[in-house]
Amino acid sequence: MLGFLDRGRPAVSRRHFLARGTNGLGLVALASLLNPRLLGGERAENRGSRGLAGLPHHAPRARRVIFLFQSGGPSQVDLFDPKPEVRKRHGEELPESVRMGQRLTSMTSDQKSKPLTASPFRFRRHGASGAELSELLPYTAQVADDLCLVRTVHTEAINHDPGITFFQTGSQQPGRPSMGAWVSYGLGSEVEDLPAFVVFLSGGVPGDQPLFGRLWGPGFLPSQHQAVKFRGQGDPVLYLSNPPGVSESTRRRMLDGLAALNRLQHDEWGDPETLARIQQYELAFRMQRTLPRVMDLSDEPAETFELYGEDAKQPGTYAANCLLARRLAERGVRFIQLYHRDWDHHTNLPSRIRGKCQQTDQASAALVHDLKRRGLLQDTLVVWAGEFGRTVYCQGDLERDNYGRDHHPRCFTVWLAGGGVRAGQTVGRTDDFSYNIVEDPVHVHDLQATLLHCLGIDHERLTYRFQGRDFRLTDIAGKVVEKLLL
Amino acid sequence: MPIDRKSAVKLPRGIRLVVVVLAWLFSLAAGQAAAPVEVSPAAGQTGHWAYEPIARPTPPPVSQADWPRNPLDRFILSELEAQGLGPSPEADKRRLIRRATLALTGLPPTPTEVEAFLADASPRAYERVVDRLLASPRYGEQMARNWLDLARYADTHGYHIDSHRDMWRWRDWVVESYNRNQPFDQFTVEQLAGDLLPNVTPQQRLATGFNRNNMLNFENGALAEEYLVEYVADRVVTTSTVWMAQTLQCARCHDHKYDPFTQRDFFQLFAYFNNVPEQGLDGRTGNAAPLLKTPTPQQQWRHDDLQRQLAACQEAWRQRSAEAVAARRAWEQALGEGRGDSSLPPPGALASFALDDAPPPPAAIEGPALWLPGKYGNGLLLGGQTRLEVPGLGAFERSDAFTIGLWVYPTTGDRMTLVARQENSERRRGYALLLDGDRLELELVHEAGKNLLQVRADRPLRRRQWQHVLVTSDGSGKAAGCRVYVDGVVQELESLHDALDGSIASDEPLRFGGAVGGSGFRGLLDEVKVYARTLTPTDAAVLAGSDPIGELAAVPEAERTAEQQATLHEYYLRHHDAEGRRLGEQIASLRDQLAALDRSMPTTMVMVEADPPRATHILQDGDYRSPGERVLPGTPASLRALPAGAPPNRLALARWLVDPRHPLTARVAVNREWQHFFGEGLVRTSEDFGTRGERPSHPALLDWLAGEFIRGGWDRKQLHRLIVTSATYRQSSRTTAESWERDPQNRLLARGPRTRLPAEVLRDSALLTAGLLVEQLGGPGVYPYQPKGLWKEVSYNPQEFTAQVYTPSVGADLYRRSLYTFWKRAVPPPPMVIFDAPDRETCTTRRPRTNTPLQALVLMNEAGFVEAARLLAERILAEAPHGTPRRIEYAFELLLARGPSAAEQAIVERTLREQRAEYQQDVASARQLLAVGQWPADSKLDPVELASWTIVASMLLNLDEGLHD
Repeated sequence: MLGFLDRGRPAVSRRHFLARGTNGLGLVALASLLNPRLLGGERAENRGSRGLAGLPHHAPRARRVIFLFQSGGPSQVDLFDPKPEVRKRHGEELPESVRMGQRLTSMTSDQKSKPLTASPFRFRRHGASGAELSELLPYTAQVADDLCLVRTVHTEAINHDPGITFFQTGSQQPGRPSMGAWVSYGLGSEVEDLPAFVVFLSGGVPGDQPLFGRLWGPGFLPSQHQAVKFRGQGDPVLYLSNPPGVSESTRRRMLDGLAALNRLQHDEWGDPETLARIQQYELAFRMQRTLPRVMDLSDEPAETFELYGEDAKQPGTYAANCLLARRLAERGVRFIQLYHRDWDHHTNLPSRIRGKCQQTDQASAALVHDLKRRGLLQDTLVVWAGEFGRTVYCQGDLERDNYGRDHHPRCFTVWLAGGGVRAGQTVGRTDDFSYNIVEDPVHVHDLQATLLHCLGIDHERLTYRFQGRDFRLTDIAGKVVEKLLL
Repeated sequence: MPIDRKSAVKLPRGIRLVVVVLAWLFSLAAGQAAAPVEVSPAAGQTGHWAYEPIARPTPPPVSQADWPRNPLDRFILSELEAQGLGPSPEADKRRLIRRATLALTGLPPTPTEVEAFLADASPRAYERVVDRLLASPRYGEQMARNWLDLARYADTHGYHIDSHRDMWRWRDWVVESYNRNQPFDQFTVEQLAGDLLPNVTPQQRLATGFNRNNMLNFENGALAEEYLVEYVADRVVTTSTVWMAQTLQCARCHDHKYDPFTQRDFFQLFAYFNNVPEQGLDGRTGNAAPLLKTPTPQQQWRHDDLQRQLAACQEAWRQRSAEAVAARRAWEQALGEGRGDSSLPPPGALASFALDDAPPPPAAIEGPALWLPGKYGNGLLLGGQTRLEVPGLGAFERSDAFTIGLWVYPTTGDRMTLVARQENSERRRGYALLLDGDRLELELVHEAGKNLLQVRADRPLRRRQWQHVLVTSDGSGKAAGCRVYVDGVVQELESLHDALDGSIASDEPLRFGGAVGGSGFRGLLDEVKVYARTLTPTDAAVLAGSDPIGELAAVPEAERTAEQQATLHEYYLRHHDAEGRRLGEQIASLRDQLAALDRSMPTTMVMVEADPPRATHILQDGDYRSPGERVLPGTPASLRALPAGAPPNRLALARWLVDPRHPLTARVAVNREWQHFFGEGLVRTSEDFGTRGERPSHPALLDWLAGEFIRGGWDRKQLHRLIVTSATYRQSSRTTAESWERDPQNRLLARGPRTRLPAEVLRDSALLTAGLLVEQLGGPGVYPYQPKGLWKEVSYNPQEFTAQVYTPSVGADLYRRSLYTFWKRAVPPPPMVIFDAPDRETCTTRRPRTNTPLQALVLMNEAGFVEAARLLAERILAEAPHGTPRRIEYAFELLLARGPSAAEQAIVERTLREQRAEYQQDVASARQLLAVGQWPADSKLDPVELASWTIVASMLLNLDEGLHD
């Protein structure tokens, strides 16, 4: 195992990236060429890259978020929340006094026996903070002191669709804006030729739990706040490339002609929307030049791939996406969301969770480390979370060296790093069965409120009126969890 | 979207009041003051404008009296005059016809249509154009698009697995309803409660699909009772948004904080929709009950035709039957004398294996084969490890009729597999014939343990004896549709499972003598036969070696029972009479065709009332786990009461909504139509007429339009005609700095509308101008170009569920109107979403109109738009052969309904010239560009010329003017 904590700082600094990334012509410069009234807000929907007036509400600790979403519900029992008592009582029935009649999914609600199932994976303490982590996470263990582990996150949903939707939009039922869309709406973007909200997908093979557009959709917010999906196959962003046979000079020529025609149109008809259109075409052209460079990893030194793992060379993998997340963070993208699928281990958990950790552990840790050595971690909030945890009891028959676990909403573990978070601590305590919370519950709405707080947003004041009601990410709940913060 | 309230122009309340009062005084003076229609403030009335009865205002007087073209204009002009403003001049004819054609049909006018309009000097020329557009079938397609957003129409179920559903028959009904100008009140009643109408027609049932467009969840582990509540809540929210623009969802957990609705109101409405006999988690295999079979007109025609043919054949059969008595007796006599055949083996087997030696490929024997004397000739001896495998044979679905027969000689009675086409997996999908404790078992399995059919014969087979076993399934997928015969005798069956609802298809070969992973048959097999139909009991007996017919014929006619006589006569006709055989085969073939047609008929989900009705309770905090007091169906107490004696069902609710005295329905409806034509409604928050919504910009106009709409019999085309022929609509949209400054949102309408066209219209217009558009009304969703992997990267198991992998259409379906593009909720078509289409998960009353770089990328680079640019270029080159200036002119005419200015000409010519120079240096690139899209490029054209024009066409397709109406 590589001890990447010992490595030196990379040769390329963040300032260098920012300078190169924006190419000298930023939003403000371009905007000044245009009718100033346009930016005065008459057509608010054009202000895609500007935040709301009055935001941030307070000095932000984080300027951006990288959200590493582990879709399917990783088992906290096998990764983060060691239970010696369960080891002692392995195979015994889950006491009714623990479950207390709480609802279960229909996959195990009729299962007669619910045997306690100890994790076969060894836990050790790591770093100065002594964070307890399973042997499945050797790389995460190396950045343990940069993490804040929260063992007492809880949710209201017991199945994937409502669970993920709740985590990403604050509501179990469809129709609300996603977290990244809220942030884009509130804060806008720092740079003009990259979107404010980007999503990456990985880990999908047929049979994995599905995902859906609403998780990164705009809900009722203006649609430019939806995420732009960055893809590992084909165009990095849909329709980014010119068609075959259309060179950059052709595109430039066509855009020059188009702009000239549109300007004539504006002279005659006077609609400022036309000027905004010209601007959008110019932005598109710049995205065509910038994005392939951002996505092209050939300028990364070999050391990068040692850090993130060989997988990072393979487009579309979680590791590649983590590396791209760092590159986008360097360039000022506001909200970067990764989804990695297939943490839904109802059966064959021991071998499947090992596989998932092999795909994600090194790259997740590398990202934290890499951000830190580049000086980016202090204002980048990294979140690692799934939509719920898994049951301490076995789903199906408990075999000698095999078991599965059902969904468990009442406690699960999430980790945070950077951007205003108090690192090197483990917050919250669960009971002897990792079933109920004993101390410091953190509701998903609390986590969302805290995330917004780090970005300088008061979650009760970032609202949008729709159908007569002022909606917000945290619905009617949520409180900032001070304990997690610096 | 009302995100920028600060800049909205609002009259100071005082001025507005003065204007209204003055107008009223004026009308009094003129003796025209309208009596209020009816004042019926119900309990809890708030005094909020939208709950007040619809007034019947008199169009106000105006100074510029020659401007208004209809009364609508007087409301607009009077407000403008009060502000010291005047209207804009009328748009020129070219822009006018383009605006109206786009608004009414979703497509631009052709140069011929423009020319005809220009040439028509009559004062009613424009009205004539409008009438033509309203009569076009494209009108229904254009208007239906708005309704699909409201109705959250999609081609998938949504939520987690998001597999395929078929609601397109309902979608086509909407198009048709607009085209035949069905009055809005009927349109409403049929969609909300068509099933409850007296003498209900299939079309009226079909219409109720409106409230089955809600999403359905069947995620493994989900709880039915949780989702049943969500479906019904969605119906309440959608219905109250669409017809009343009220935010009832705010009253699900507690009384509404701003508007006069209680939680009880919410659940009383809930009770109307809580009575659908639905299961909560179905939809796994497509549409979820309750269903309606909805043949297309073509299918119905074909069905009727086949029925007619069948009736004719049956009549001919009856005639032949009567004629053939003598011939049958002669045959009987011949049989008695030992001449001729009696029972014949049933013809037409899919496969037949004599098993005298190794069968021909692709059949193969797995494991050691030993041939011993069998029932006839040799038989195959199996020791539990050997199987006969036939790939591709017996690919029967649940809905297929089939028969499998064979001779068996079992040597043990253990559980073992005789015949199987089944997966060796936990779910065991497929079908199998087994022996268990000597007893025969037939199973058809979708998912082992829960979704299967399983029957068991009550009498055991005898060991160490040859017996003929034959099983049939009639395609019903029910236990009652299965038969098991032993030695030609039908067996009593015990039904172990009868819950099959899903596919039984597998990719396995058909295996005789064992299944992979199961224990194989031990004993001998012989004479295996497989049929794709249900054999009769007589057939079964014949295959078992009996001669039932010979035996019957041997009984003297006078001693036969009527049934025996009929069996014999029919058998003779069917097998030994040439004409009878022909007719019999024809009848069988017609029945097969009818059955196949019947299976291919689409179904659609509809509303049905459960009997007995389901109880509805107020749910504490809106949570399905906390039922409280029981409530009955009822309308909100703050609105007009239901008429006395109204039944507690949806029909009463629907009729209550379209009661002319309902304060909301007509206002909400006309406001949405206004929004369609002007980009914004008179009430901008078209989804919220509550106290938190915006007030109307022209309240009197809203009421006047609503009143006209009702009095005119809810005539939608008439309403549209009224709007588009108004002077207000016909104004030029030219904007001066001053008028922009004064009213950037154009709320006062001192100029004509100029709005960015919706996603669908942009694509359809490009296809039309390129000459690619394939116009075909209705049908299942189609699959235009889409970048690879977009569905797969988020979807579930394509082996198990539909609509998980995108396969683009081939040919004509690539070029259909976007209304017909398959709509997957988890991954809506990207070009649509990028241009602000909603995901169709929930009801949407209006789309935002953004302006983003991603939109530029779609129009420049998406394969469909690139192909359209090439075809547009081909068209320009072919149809305007006389020189570049004329060609550019023609391109402008096609796209913008006008010619270019000299400055525009110059810019386009320059682009063309430079582009040509580039492609002349690089012909390979030119050819590459021409290869985009399935439609082949015209090989007679010079590739450099065509590619250069393609770039020009693409540039013109991207013009801001072309993106606006």
